[in-house]
Amino acid sequence: MSFEHLRTLEAESIHIIREVAAEFARPVMLYSIGKDSSVLLRLAQKAFHPGPIPFPLLHIDTTYKFREMIEFRDRQAAHIGVNLIVHTNTEAIRAGTQPYAVGTQRCCGLLKTQALLDALQNGGFDAAFGGARRDEERSRAKERVFSLRDSRGQWDPKRQRPELWRLLNGRIAPGESMRVFPLSNWTELDVWHYIDAERIPVVPLYFAREREVIVRGDSLIVPEQPFVPLLPGERTERVMCRMRSLGCSPCTGAIRSSAATVSDIIDELVAVRHSERQLRIIDHDQDGSMEMKKREGYF
Amino acid sequence: MSGLLRICTAGSVDDGKSTLIGRLLYESRGVYEDQLQSVKAASRNRTAGSIDFSLFTDGLRAEREQGITIDVAYRYFATAKRKFILADTPGHEQYTRNMATGASTADVAILLVDARHGVREQTRRHARIARLLGIGTFVVAVNKMDLVDFDESVFASIASELPDLLDGAHVQPIPLSALHGDNVIARSGRTPWYRGPALLPFLEETVAPELPALAPFRFPVQLVIRPDARFRGYAGQIVSGRIAVGDSVTIWPSGTKTRVAAIVTWEGNLPSASAPMSVTLALADDVDVSRGDTISAGPLHVGRRFSANVVWMDERPLQPGRPYVLKHSTQTVTAWSDEALSLNQIAIAKITAGRPLAFEPYSLNRSTGSFILIDPSSNFTAGAGMIVEPLADAQRSADRDLADRVAHAARAARSHVDAVDAVRAVLEETLA
Repeated sequence: MSFEHLRTLEAESIHIIREVAAEFARPVMLYSIGKDSSVLLRLAQKAFHPGPIPFPLLHIDTTYKFREMIEFRDRQAAHIGVNLIVHTNTEAIRAGTQPYAVGTQRCCGLLKTQALLDALQNGGFDAAFGGARRDEERSRAKERVFSLRDSRGQWDPKRQRPELWRLLNGRIAPGESMRVFPLSNWTELDVWHYIDAERIPVVPLYFAREREVIVRGDSLIVPEQPFVPLLPGERTERVMCRMRSLGCSPCTGAIRSSAATVSDIIDELVAVRHSERQLRIIDHDQDGSMEMKKREGYF
Repeated sequence: MSGLLRICTAGSVDDGKSTLIGRLLYESRGVYEDQLQSVKAASRNRTAGSIDFSLFTDGLRAEREQGITIDVAYRYFATAKRKFILADTPGHEQYTRNMATGASTADVAILLVDARHGVREQTRRHARIARLLGIGTFVVAVNKMDLVDFDESVFASIASELPDLLDGAHVQPIPLSALHGDNVIARSGRTPWYRGPALLPFLEETVAPELPALAPFRFPVQLVIRPDARFRGYAGQIVSGRIAVGDSVTIWPSGTKTRVAAIVTWEGNLPSASAPMSVTLALADDVDVSRGDTISAGPLHVGRRFSANVVWMDERPLQPGRPYVLKHSTQTVTAWSDEALSLNQIAIAKITAGRPLAFEPYSLNRSTGSFILIDPSSNFTAGAGMIVEPLADAQRSADRDLADRVAHAARAARSHVDAVDAVRAVLEETLA
């Protein structure tokens, strides 16, 4: 894709990030450690240069993220010198919450949605950036760049404000907050092209190598967590694979791939036609599940 | 590579808009395999038969349940030639505001017309909005041609109807069947009488307007960047034109003149920059600049009153004299309208802003000529405005304006002597 196209997307995203810094009292940037977050972070660095990023990063740590993600997170935060807040729903963890015990929906509800809402409330944040893109999923295709949430963080698709030109309406009532998606108009391929052009560091899990995985139907599961059971007849195998999107290790499958560099990944994406959230088990629980999670306060 | 093209679709309900877009996405591989699987499964739940292409774009449960499109859906696809962002906007009149949203950033509008019904009121309305919002290229997609036996005369009569409404725009009528794919990707054998291009090739070849880069330099200031005592820069996006280090610029609404000392980016300082880049400008003089000001090459209108085409998007009507929040560029002020408007109405209104704005007619510049009106009690984006022309400020506000202009003239001056001259000039001009 043309360089010019990426520069247009970049300029629009920087404009959005600056509008938030100008119009909100306490913004925060959700940092999920994945490729989209890495791009968002770079855009924030660019937006305020030569000044520092004027808001903290927030990571909602379910404690079930891949080990390599956490190492990468801490390394990046130290390197960039940004204020990183890590929040975990420790109460739910102590109560034994994990996907095999309570189901993926309830697990996500407690460790991601509830934890996020608590962290936003604790910090008194009135705007939270997320790296979601409209090309990821059907209900996201409908979401505004400035997505208004009520006092419980919930999205009402019928209350969405018209968003014209580059005029973003950041006005909120007390208790309400805004979720902001500067990467709305980017596609997965744009993100990788940008990472390539800008040499942005990403978690090594995106790159193919032999990994010890459980082969379960079409999914390859990395057994990092002790509670991930081997079903009858299953054993771990060494498979050449990589992550197409990053999440919690028990619920994010790897794909068979030999793409070991960013340009390999781009070639693979051009050839492969499977959308990236497919390997996230949580979105497929039922038709419209992402929309329902968003209504409940998920990103 | 022809660059990025932004498209919006418009038309009446049931003209087959979502089906056409689903078809475009499907044929250009803009639909992913697992989305296709989930749509195939959903198609089986709803109706017997083949793939329901509209399910690719109708993303909300209420839409799938009711079989209509409620909200704008943004779709992204690319061919070997070009990248597209497509805003799929609803046909129901109650969602006309979303049509305006989609059209505000589009280069091309596809107007869907059902061949059996011809151009309906809703289509005319959408065409009018899209033209008003500055779209210069229209495809009149005469859909469901299979249901009129690909009759050339049906197509010709519809094709002749819309150009009058879209004066000055480039209009390309295309006979289609979105359901069967005729003239979507390639020319169809079932319309041998049609000599024009199929839809996708037409979109691939359309030239996106280069206007923003060619127009005069306009830079609304978003933020002042001041990391330490040594650096003070103004962050913003160049909405039009080009700027180079050393260029003379004016800061509005004060009218202060200065020069660009540096164009600062994360990659390093640049000798020049152009729309649509986001940059930070350092200026040669220690001047008063803050968020909401516009840095430009050449003059802008400065004033509190102007006429504008206003699209009303809120169920609560626009009330004359009621204060609204007006956002223009990066400036937010209180404003009043002299006109009453109800939901989905479009009319020319006279707008009075509480403080002077620096603006241009929308026909010259989409960025400096546009604004939104926000209801201060609900915070809903209630109106979209396109400035037509400045109006003389009303008598009751003349005193305050004069004070503003005197203050600006004094502040803009380089020395006390200059300030005295500048103030005298303003007073003489006003009292003459």
